[in-house]
Amino acid sequence: MNPPLLDVSGLGKRFGGFVALEAIDLRVTEGERIGLIGPNGSGKSTLVNCLSGTLRNETGQVRFAGRLLDGMAAHQRTRLGLARSFQLPRPFRSLTVAENLQIPIEYVVHARGEGRVDVPARCAELLGLVGLAGRGEELPAGLTQVEMRKLELARAMAAEPRLLIADEAMAGLSHQEVDDILALLLALNDRGVTIIMIEHIMRAVMGFSQRLVVLVAGRKIADGNPEEVIRNPEVERAYLGE
Amino acid sequence: MRGWTFLLLAVLVAGAVYAAAAAVNNGYVFFAGYVVLQYVVLATAWNLLGGYTGYVNFGIAGFFALAAYTTVALEKLAPLPLPVVILAGGAISGLLGLGMGYLTLRLRGVFFSIATLAMAVVAQTFVVNWNFVGGSAGAFVIRPQFTAWLRIDYIHYLFLLMLGLCVIALATARLIERSRLGDGFAAIRDDELAAEAAGVPTLRLKLIATALSGAFMGMAGAPLPYYVTYLDPPSAFSLSYAVNTIAMPLIGGTAAWPGPLIGALLLATLQQLVTVTISSAVNLLIVGLMLVGFIIIAPRGIIGWFGIGAGLVRKGKRR
Amino acid sequence: MYLSLGLFGNAIVSGLLLGGFYAAVTIGISISFGMLDIANIAHPGFIVLGSYGAWYANSRFGVDPLIASVVLMPAFYLLGAGIYQLYYHAFERRGDASLRGLAFFFGLLFITEVGLILVFGVDYRLVRAPYIGPSLYLGALEFPLRLLVPFLASLAMVGLLWLYLSRSFTGRAILAVAQDAEALRIMGANPQRIKRIAFALSIATTSLAGAILIVIQPVEPSIGRDYIGRVFAIAVLGGLGSFAGTVVAAILLGIMESLTATFYGPSWSPAIAFGFLLLALAVKPSGMFGR
Repeated sequence: MNPPLLDVSGLGKRFGGFVALEAIDLRVTEGERIGLIGPNGSGKSTLVNCLSGTLRNETGQVRFAGRLLDGMAAHQRTRLGLARSFQLPRPFRSLTVAENLQIPIEYVVHARGEGRVDVPARCAELLGLVGLAGRGEELPAGLTQVEMRKLELARAMAAEPRLLIADEAMAGLSHQEVDDILALLLALNDRGVTIIMIEHIMRAVMGFSQRLVVLVAGRKIADGNPEEVIRNPEVERAYLGE
Repeated sequence: MRGWTFLLLAVLVAGAVYAAAAAVNNGYVFFAGYVVLQYVVLATAWNLLGGYTGYVNFGIAGFFALAAYTTVALEKLAPLPLPVVILAGGAISGLLGLGMGYLTLRLRGVFFSIATLAMAVVAQTFVVNWNFVGGSAGAFVIRPQFTAWLRIDYIHYLFLLMLGLCVIALATARLIERSRLGDGFAAIRDDELAAEAAGVPTLRLKLIATALSGAFMGMAGAPLPYYVTYLDPPSAFSLSYAVNTIAMPLIGGTAAWPGPLIGALLLATLQQLVTVTISSAVNLLIVGLMLVGFIIIAPRGIIGWFGIGAGLVRKGKRR
Repeated sequence: MYLSLGLFGNAIVSGLLLGGFYAAVTIGISISFGMLDIANIAHPGFIVLGSYGAWYANSRFGVDPLIASVVLMPAFYLLGAGIYQLYYHAFERRGDASLRGLAFFFGLLFITEVGLILVFGVDYRLVRAPYIGPSLYLGALEFPLRLLVPFLASLAMVGLLWLYLSRSFTGRAILAVAQDAEALRIMGANPQRIKRIAFALSIATTSLAGAILIVIQPVEPSIGRDYIGRVFAIAVLGGLGSFAGTVVAAILLGIMESLTATFYGPSWSPAIAFGFLLLALAVKPSGMFGR
């Protein structure tokens, strides 16, 4: 049996006296599509930040591809193959769209020492994938909010991750745009990339996830088949009771 | 343009500058020119950190004067050839930059800036209490009349060395802009959190920038004792170094190497003229007002007017 | 033994009193940097400007320097409001407050310094007041009035500011803007106006802080630089924006400096402030991703 790609055990995080996450266990197998849901303030973003290295967890362990990640800086985790996109797009504003993608190519793909890729060709390919073909020479300031989200995803993909954490990549998008991003993530998963999707849009989550994980008030209250999880009384209470 | 072509061209320009200065054959040209060149090095050094990564160093006088005092100490301990002394001063100030960075760069940028501001005060306190290099009374340094090996006037020699430092500093800045390092610096300047997520080792890059920037400031300061022949803490740590060095890149433009160069040439030359004709206090007031005026009205500096740093440099940069 | 104990006791007392003065010079930074996130490194420059205001009123008209500075406060308030307006339009609104904003305040620091040199020269200036000279005694402990009166004036100012912030509507809005500017906008208040008032208040404090400075020691235009390390060290260690924390940190630094000056010599005290600052930065747990 293969060890899980991501293995989180007993992860906890506090801010002062506030318990943001408590004893989170999560196992993700290579190639899985996972939906992570929960009400606002349930700790989803804190979990993403602890996994990607932006925040340090106080208790518990995170293992990725057999390596212990605790104490490892965010850029090292990205190099190991754990990439994330930000909920609010954070483009490099003085760089062009293509140059935004060039940063992870230079600092992740080339740093892995597995040979160099043709940077302009790879940038064009990524931009084509997310629907920003021909926009490489523009500055991010000229993009719409939707296009910035696409750039955000493309930049995470440029690092050629094994696990991609997409933090609310679809918030505020139209029906059609949600479908576009969904198709993109599914295609990526087809090529072997494991994906954790954090999302409020239930239609997208249900259509995408093979497994659904629910966080409420810093605890994991459900983890399993989406159809079953969504009918779980505790989950219903958490969502409808508030 | 390839790196070597640029270097060759820069050396040719530097040679032409020296030849022109020698042709005028007026001692004042070398005295005034030395100060202008010193500011080209300082402004370029500051911009390596400030302009490229967005971290503002206010402690320029500390880096600059510490190397100058290293020269004073070395002169008393073991007289070495000046180029070696310059390297030693650069090493000391580079280490200071590394130490400062290590202590404060994990924090938000503004804390680094405040710490550098305080560091300059402490470095001065340290030198005032260091009697070996003259303490608060200052130290006299004897300037040889001629250099032993080049057989030229010593002021010409100092001018020549500073010209060489300009070439090295500018070539380094240009090389960084066109390398992976420069892209990483830009990512840090724009969004540090996103840079980390994109695989950029931000702390290491910031330490490289502080050390390099500090080293060049030190190298600019190391020959100072031979230029002034009398060095005391108030003049070595003068606030005017910090103000000029920050004003020059911000006025010239921080996005690319021509910015600090243009800013330094313009402002330092202007000051040499104003100091002679009016007074040094007025000339510093002019610099202060120009600094504030430019950052409000022309945030991209002089090179921004010509579109440099927004398109031209970038066009030539893609690999 | 008695002598060194007396020396120690007096060093503690003068450190405590000095700390009261440090609270006065820092409280403005606690508002501007701690609450509004505006790194006004020109703050010490305005304090020196306050010193010159008090000096001018004292030497020209014979007014008590502390009273003169209170009279001058509205002028400093207006100056602060004007500077914030400029800062807001040039940097904050464009979201470009970091590099250029810092350089802007650095330029202001420098302009005040050079401006004062051009107008008044580089000589040290001092003021006359009945409380400069005599001391109160409590056993072997000496309380110089030159330090005691500024100490009380400083605590009075900090106390009044605290009352204003915690009791008045505008004051509470300032505290709210420190927490969350967006929430304030929803409540119907204009964050830009609230921040302008708060910043103007922070500059108004420099008038009295400057008068206190010149009562304690003679002042020349570039003396403000010695206080940059101190004020930010105190503000950071005091917990950015907490008044009680600021006063405690100020007194702590005052005592440490006074002990150093007594036992090692006064020329080392600026180094103490820097050590204090690095300590403050190291202790600050939130690091680069927190505030």
